[in-house]
Amino acid sequence: MDFGLSQDQKMLRDAVARCLSGTCPLDHVRECAEGEASYSDKVQSALSELGITGMMVPEQHGGLGMTLLDAAVVAEQLAYAVAPVPFLASHVLAPIALAQAGSNQQQAEWLPIIASGEARIAVAIAETIEARDGAGVTSNGGKLEGTALFALDFAGADAFLVADATGRLHLVPADAEGLKKVPLTTIDRTRSVGELRFGQVAAEPLADDGGATAARLRDAGRVILAADSIGAGQAMIEKAVDYAGQREQFGRIIGSFQAVKHMCAEMAARHEPCRSLVWHAAHTFDAAPDEASLAACQAKSHTGEVHRFVARTSTEVHGGMGFTDLLGLHYWFKRIGFDRQILGGPEAVRTEAATLQGWTRAA
Amino acid sequence: MDLEYGPEYDAFREEVRQFLNSHGDRAPAGQGRAARPSTEAVEWQKLLIEHGYTARTIPREYGGYGAEPDILKSRIIAEEFSRAGIPGGLANQGISMLVPTLLELGTEEQKRQWVEPTLKGEVVWCQGYSEPGAGSDLASLKTSARVDKGDFVINGQKIWTSTAKEADMIFCLVRTEADAPKHGGISYLIFSMDTPGIEVRPLKTMTGHAEFNETFFTDVRVPMDQIVGQRGQGWFVANATLGHERGMLGDPDALENRFHALVKLMQEERVGQGRAIDNAVLRDRLAALQAEVAAMKYNGMRILSDNLKGDPGGMAKLIVKLQSCELAHQISALAIDAMGEIGILYHGSTREREGGAWQWNYMFQLGLIIGGGTAQIQKNIIAERGLDMPREPKLAKPASADQKKGAA
Repeated sequence: MDFGLSQDQKMLRDAVARCLSGTCPLDHVRECAEGEASYSDKVQSALSELGITGMMVPEQHGGLGMTLLDAAVVAEQLAYAVAPVPFLASHVLAPIALAQAGSNQQQAEWLPIIASGEARIAVAIAETIEARDGAGVTSNGGKLEGTALFALDFAGADAFLVADATGRLHLVPADAEGLKKVPLTTIDRTRSVGELRFGQVAAEPLADDGGATAARLRDAGRVILAADSIGAGQAMIEKAVDYAGQREQFGRIIGSFQAVKHMCAEMAARHEPCRSLVWHAAHTFDAAPDEASLAACQAKSHTGEVHRFVARTSTEVHGGMGFTDLLGLHYWFKRIGFDRQILGGPEAVRTEAATLQGWTRAA
Repeated sequence: MDLEYGPEYDAFREEVRQFLNSHGDRAPAGQGRAARPSTEAVEWQKLLIEHGYTARTIPREYGGYGAEPDILKSRIIAEEFSRAGIPGGLANQGISMLVPTLLELGTEEQKRQWVEPTLKGEVVWCQGYSEPGAGSDLASLKTSARVDKGDFVINGQKIWTSTAKEADMIFCLVRTEADAPKHGGISYLIFSMDTPGIEVRPLKTMTGHAEFNETFFTDVRVPMDQIVGQRGQGWFVANATLGHERGMLGDPDALENRFHALVKLMQEERVGQGRAIDNAVLRDRLAALQAEVAAMKYNGMRILSDNLKGDPGGMAKLIVKLQSCELAHQISALAIDAMGEIGILYHGSTREREGGAWQWNYMFQLGLIIGGGTAQIQKNIIAERGLDMPREPKLAKPASADQKKGAA
């Protein structure tokens, strides 16, 4: 019995943290976020050297074959540093999808170059959760038609994994004929999403498993987003505590005022159990797949609620400075906002959790 | 991450399950919160001690089972009793607070005299800590004990003395050193509730019941050897046990059980042609609470693992009392909302559900949020010990109130 991170996972966490503290200071995040190219090549190649790009790729395809809990450990550190790098789709979801439902040829073609950091695949599964603006993709005779919104890790992707209306995944090269790629600009400039418009685009389907792989991607994605919000929340709590320990008003350190202290305590009290909830959900993904969907829903919805509270409360503790661009606190605030909405907001995800448990009456 | 307990512990779990299957019918129906244990409950307690399912690590010579401390086995016992819906050992204040204190700091004679009868439910204790003027700031307590002819003579008042009506004995904090600074002038005494000069008045709460009492002391004479630890050391003696109380108030099994009862209620409670759980808004709140209960459960497992490694636990532990009490209160709140107008039925009304238990819980849990270190005190602890934030600056003492009193 050992509920927590293993020695290897702690070493991984520390290695990623060290790498990011060296390569990804806030000034660099700002450069990327305010510039043309939103992703940082420098940070990406440093992470690639650590093997992060191949962590979820099976060993026989040149990766490290690690678990979702390992990926959650990395996600937390990426968010802590608000690192502007692709990760969720390109290095977690795409390898999981290809390993589970890809043909031998698809696996041999893509997994090794994903592991080496030479290629990235974006993932578009938003419509398997809820379709906005009438979006949706249909597949007919090997051709895709329609629109997929919120393709994750969009910028610079070499190919896209797209779910059709049945939940089946299709692999589409970025330069496919008839494919139009439209970037979507979100509050969070450290990550990239976009829209895919298909006009009879030829695509290679993955295995037809009744949407099972897409469901696994939802579970994994939700856990990683939850882990991301933990890293961002941790940073925001630490920043609030530091700021409150330095700022003086009325001749006192504001952190000695209970009104301020209690805001920090409330953040910590709500934040800390989230960590265990997410670790458990990540572990369950590999160890008890039957329970993984409920665990992922709980992790996603609860961290979404808690970290919205943390994001606004930390900003308030910083007073007027928190509201400005000067401190850059808003990068974490926006990262948390992104984590909450993507792959199902708390209400959507809780509705799923209720259905999974038979709480909803069969229609 | 390893959630398996391993073969030795799986075998132990099986043993506990078999015991519960074969002996579970002898468990008392309801122990009640504040009552003296029934004969049935006392017999059950003795059986549990014999098998090592309560008082497990207390040495045999003091009436316990005498096992080596094993956090996982204790955890398994708690889990299995909870899962079976069978009450575990007695959990009154004598057992949870006084016994650990005596074992740690009592004299050999005190241990031999009190531990075994307390474990067996033969001696019931109450706790005399809080006073009307000393709640969160407990160390400012004023109940005095002056020395006269080899006795302490006690005058003053305690409050929140649950079970004082039924108790045989009290463990009580009193001020023995009037001149000492506030934390250094306190002693921890144990004495009979039959001692002349003690008056117990029930303290009726918002629930309509008197779960607590006020206890008044007028020239109560207690022999000077009925002290635990040294004179003036009572604050430190008591702090050894306050930790036990806070641990008690955050039991993840209890939260899970309350939550399952809530799901059952919402599935059974009829609204028109449907059920309460068919209401999407109520169901959403239910799912939100479920995630919070899960978070506290896994937070508990993390603390358990930390304890196994001898790690004190840190932030994960500091937040338990604050979060668990609030969550328990929210579970009751949703139950009341799910019942609609039915939710306010109380006092044994026609159509009342479960004996008004959800309303009682809703109100009593507010008491638990306040008691045992208020939510605000908990936040101070989290901020100061967990986040290392500055303490509230001490106000300049108005010509030292303590010293003035000493001189008077």
